[in-house]
Amino acid sequence: MTAEIGHFALIVAAVLSLGQSVLPLIGASRRHGGLMALGGTLATGQFVFVLIAFGALTWAYLVSDFSVANVAQNSHSKKPSLYKITGVWGNHEGSMVLWCLILALFGASVAWFGSNVAPSLRARVIGIQGMIGVGFLAFVLLTSNPFDRVNPVPLDGQGLNPILQDPGLAFHPPLLYLGYVGFSVTFSFAIAALLEGRVDASWGRWVRPWALAAWSFLTLGIALGSWWAYYELGWGGFWFWDPVENASFMPWLVGTALLHSAVVVERRDALKSWSVLLAILTFSLSLLGTFLVRSGVLTSVHTFATDPERGLFILGILILTIGGALALYAWRAPILKGGGLFRPISREGSLILNNLMLTIAALTVLFGTLYPLIIDGLGLGKISVGPPYFNATFIPLMVPMMIAMGIAPFLPWKRADFGAAISQLTFVGLVTILVAAVILYLEDRSSFLAALGIGLAVWLVGASLRELASRLNLFRGSLGASLRRAAGLPRGAWGMTISHAAAGMMVAGITASGVWQTEVVRYMKAGDRADVAGYSITFKGVHQLRSSNYLARQGIFAVVQDGVNIATLRPEKRIYLPQRMPTTEAAIRTNLLADLYVVLGDPNNEGGYAVRLYHNPLVAWIWIGAILMFLGGVVSLTDRRHRVGAPRRSTRSIAAPLAKA
Amino acid sequence: MRPKRRRMAFLGLGLVLLATAVGLVLAALGDGVTFFFTPSKVAEKKVPAGQQFRLGGLVAQGSRKMLKDGLTVSFRVTDCIKSLPVVYTGVLPDLFREGQGVVAIGRLEPSGVFRAETVLAKHDENYMPKDLADQLKEQGKWHEDGGGKPCPETET
Repeated sequence: MTAEIGHFALIVAAVLSLGQSVLPLIGASRRHGGLMALGGTLATGQFVFVLIAFGALTWAYLVSDFSVANVAQNSHSKKPSLYKITGVWGNHEGSMVLWCLILALFGASVAWFGSNVAPSLRARVIGIQGMIGVGFLAFVLLTSNPFDRVNPVPLDGQGLNPILQDPGLAFHPPLLYLGYVGFSVTFSFAIAALLEGRVDASWGRWVRPWALAAWSFLTLGIALGSWWAYYELGWGGFWFWDPVENASFMPWLVGTALLHSAVVVERRDALKSWSVLLAILTFSLSLLGTFLVRSGVLTSVHTFATDPERGLFILGILILTIGGALALYAWRAPILKGGGLFRPISREGSLILNNLMLTIAALTVLFGTLYPLIIDGLGLGKISVGPPYFNATFIPLMVPMMIAMGIAPFLPWKRADFGAAISQLTFVGLVTILVAAVILYLEDRSSFLAALGIGLAVWLVGASLRELASRLNLFRGSLGASLRRAAGLPRGAWGMTISHAAAGMMVAGITASGVWQTEVVRYMKAGDRADVAGYSITFKGVHQLRSSNYLARQGIFAVVQDGVNIATLRPEKRIYLPQRMPTTEAAIRTNLLADLYVVLGDPNNEGGYAVRLYHNPLVAWIWIGAILMFLGGVVSLTDRRHRVGAPRRSTRSIAAPLAKA
Repeated sequence: MRPKRRRMAFLGLGLVLLATAVGLVLAALGDGVTFFFTPSKVAEKKVPAGQQFRLGGLVAQGSRKMLKDGLTVSFRVTDCIKSLPVVYTGVLPDLFREGQGVVAIGRLEPSGVFRAETVLAKHDENYMPKDLADQLKEQGKWHEDGGGKPCPETET
């Protein structure tokens, strides 16, 4: 019964979204207050009904209702309850319902929290959200109905892919979707602005919190995915430039650009049509990512549940959305008058540089991701583009951006004195050069990359702290005065400092774990010892474990440093029972400066095991950095200026004459 | 600077950056790209030793052997028409199984053995490398009902 309720609720939600996509837009163009307000009601309704559908599906999973095909294929009665719930989105159909739920949540949030947004703009934003909702709800209902029944009812389910039975991966999709789908709101704001024919400073102020929220979730989602890949795949790596990873990274890059350009719109009433374009591109890349992941057109090691037919449907949504948005942009963007030009050496000038770098970097990633499709389409063979390509294009573009990232916060708006900014950074610059020089001098392998990466990290963290110090007037006034300044500092400024310094930490982690990783692959019998980066690791043997839904072989490794036994590592090889599928559970010991990472491989006939040991310096900083970046976004989000009433909109309207014409 | 010249300056900067990016992309496409071949294609194209490529196919039944050192694994990758011997030193992925799809990145040795640097098997039970599935379909060796196991009989 619950399945039918869920199915019915989805249909109701689709009908409501249809109304939501038409009525508020008519209301906005006719200046009809009632119709405009109806949009918010419909958005709330859509959310409630998708929530009912999602609840019904979750219930079917919780009670192991195997008469529902989706549950039978992806769940099992012996599975821990947590994974019964997370299993809802561990498959294609369920994850699309989650996608729709989050989309509806964002649409409704505009209605709930957008009271400071001008009514006509808000109505249009809600209308566009409705259109996207129609597309995806139709997709679920027509191609991926999670409520289909099976007859006869199987005795038990086939179980969830064991690799998904993991807390990290359980929460990766929801976070990622909060990011991907969150950018639908900035997209809707962009389209609504094009429809209105007006973008002003207040538009920038309204868009920025949504961009911030989506960006923060996307940051956390990507980081969680890479952390999972690190501890679960057993390769000691965290990022492979795989198409599926790129699919989430491209919207992040362009979304980061949008985050920065929205500030320029707000403060300087400039970069308007560019920001609108970025908002369109960010969501378009999110959709492209969904298409690439779902359709299986690209060979990836990460994809689940691919189906070309469904891919075609998403391709249809993609073409309609991107094509429609860009056509509207081409038509309406020329009327978005910029608020004047500005000097290259200024805050806004440096933000343009940031935007150029990020979008061009995203373009190179996009090209590398799609290149195999192009070559295949031309019949030139099957190829794949690997990490060497991305490293050789992406890194050189990021280097100048990160140098600029240190200087830009010192440049005031409008007109800046470059010399004055640089003079504040003399000390940080000297330390950076010194650190890089020491690394070049000491380190014999890959020393240039190491010096560059660690140098940039020191530069970013140093410059961020230096900027904070000068804002707080630290070391010049009394400590009490500095603390008072700290309390009065806008949250947005704190957010920037935290996120920029976090980027520095991530660069340090990526560089150090890449350049200074030690990998030892050994054949070990009980009693054998391996020496890795100053640790001596003794293999004590294996024993068997049994859990409710898997059998495991656990290896025991004693770690000795300077004659002291500091830890015991227990990597496992598990066989999950319903599917008899093996997984590897690496054992990781971190002291935040470096990870010791052990993987137990296959046995040979003589009772020994292949063992993989890694020493990964600073790798934990990547995820600490990502969490800080997320927190930076959250802190920015709490900035007063996002909560206080909207600034007065400029009375100058271009929409009126156009509407008459 | 006059506004017009300033706009040109930004435009110029953008173009310079774009040109740099295009240059980087073209330079990187040389060694950042690896071809995907099945064993038949390797024979057909006479791929020279030492060139990196991705070898895709199925792990031939009964071909997996652990060598004396306890670390090096040898197996044959087949596409139902031809097969190629592969050696790999290290820990194989969990889903590496005989009869299952696999992608190995590496190079041919002069002896004709493929030395894999990386072996990928997907975290999905019915994994078939897409490129391989396409080629098998072309060759008429694909049976949809075979559960992703298109050729039970394999010549070696």
